[in-house]
Amino acid sequence: MFRNQYDTDVTTWSPAGRLFQVEYAMEAVKQGSAAIGLRSATHAVLATVNKASSELSSAQRKVFKVDDHIGVAIAGLTADGRVLSRYLRNECINHSFVYESPLPVGRLVVRLADKAQVCTQRSWKRPYGVGLLVAGLDESGAHLYYNCPSGNYFEYQAFAIGSRSQAAKTFLERKFEAYPNASRDELVKDALFAIKETLQGEKLTSSICTVAVVGADEPFHVLDQKTIQELIDSVETREEAAAEPGAMQEDQGQDVAPMDI
Amino acid sequence: MAQRFEAPNGPSVEELGLDSERTLNPYVTGTSVIGLKYKDGIILAADTGGSYGSTLRYKSVERIKPIGKHSLIGASGEISDFQEILKYLDELIIYDNMWDDGNSLGPKEVHNYLNRVMYNRRNKFNPLWNSLVLGGVKNGQKYLGVVNMIGTHFEDNHVATGFGNHLARPILRAEWHADLSFEEAVKLVEKCLLVLLYRDRSAINKFQIAKITEEGVTIHPTYSLKTFWGFSAFQNPAKGAEGSW
Repeated sequence: MFRNQYDTDVTTWSPAGRLFQVEYAMEAVKQGSAAIGLRSATHAVLATVNKASSELSSAQRKVFKVDDHIGVAIAGLTADGRVLSRYLRNECINHSFVYESPLPVGRLVVRLADKAQVCTQRSWKRPYGVGLLVAGLDESGAHLYYNCPSGNYFEYQAFAIGSRSQAAKTFLERKFEAYPNASRDELVKDALFAIKETLQGEKLTSSICTVAVVGADEPFHVLDQKTIQELIDSVETREEAAAEPGAMQEDQGQDVAPMDI
Repeated sequence: MAQRFEAPNGPSVEELGLDSERTLNPYVTGTSVIGLKYKDGIILAADTGGSYGSTLRYKSVERIKPIGKHSLIGASGEISDFQEILKYLDELIIYDNMWDDGNSLGPKEVHNYLNRVMYNRRNKFNPLWNSLVLGGVKNGQKYLGVVNMIGTHFEDNHVATGFGNHLARPILRAEWHADLSFEEAVKLVEKCLLVLLYRDRSAINKFQIAKITEEGVTIHPTYSLKTFWGFSAFQNPAKGAEGSW
């Protein structure tokens, strides 16, 4: 009786000026496990939470290499993410074929956004249910873009999408001003911190996250598990050491967020 | 008229969509282009003649043009095909500029693009009848390459198309070095152009020299070289080549 009359078709406007189907697609991104990205002038880092949906299954891949200079991290419908990754790979390889040079990141993202937009304007189509963080390098340095099912895209210094991404965003908002001059290792470290924020107290291990890097002298690649675990361990021992003196003064600890110490 | 190649019982040329006109031979042609790297960039040189067969029909055809901010192109061969290529490149550069995102096509990219165009057209048995020289400087990197009507392509420190391959390259091989000044490079180019003028019947004494450096493109106004026809070898050119003339 009070069913929404305006959400059965992608191309139908509600009287309030909304496209519900497109908004539902954007909701799918929020329900996917988190993906974060950040960049300096010369490097970009992507990281995702990769948790298996069942004890019996493996986790789905959420980071894809597009070309030597570009990679994506996805949140939302993985199947749609793979379709779009394939499209991106195709665009890159065609550009290399014609010009023997890498496709600029911004130009790739525009093509991706145009492809997503078409789906919001055709009655027989549905929007892609996936958000993509596109990180890459070109003539003008490192870039990070977020592409939304609506066909909107934005360039960021640092960003997070997916479930509980707000915690990671809050963390990144506090730190991003230092990123343009940050080193590669600092970016990777903060990527892990941001991922940790989205876990809400759950222990961060290398088995539930993926980290990938692209930089001036470093083609896009996913860091191997051992490297990530070592990084996590070194960060945690440092954290514990820092926490020790704080524990001495009992009354200070409670109302200060662990991050502010 | 298009030449017809048809199998007795196979589909007709019309059915295959192959009944269009192809370039089976060039009409108005330009002769050699010479290009070389020097200390600060690239120099390209060519005369401005346009031959209609063996008739020297046009005297001021510009065969060297700037492409975008970082490249120069020089063309020998069919002039109308070169004009078509310039049309493609104009569109390419305008489209590239429209992004306005700090990325731009350099000489390497343009050379590779042209290679794809040339090779694609020859695969349709409808080649663009040219040899193209591409020179440029981008991010301190000098670039000089050639691509021809069948898609053969290469880079080198000095290049020449057509007759220049036979008459100018040996001189360049003997005298070129990497830190030629602009003046020295012009002198070397003029030496090559003069030899071509003496020996290539399509060459004319009206030259265009262009340079490209990190600062940009300069195409100099056309000028002539002083000639000397009193060499003893010119007195009786048929001597020593009995029966061939």
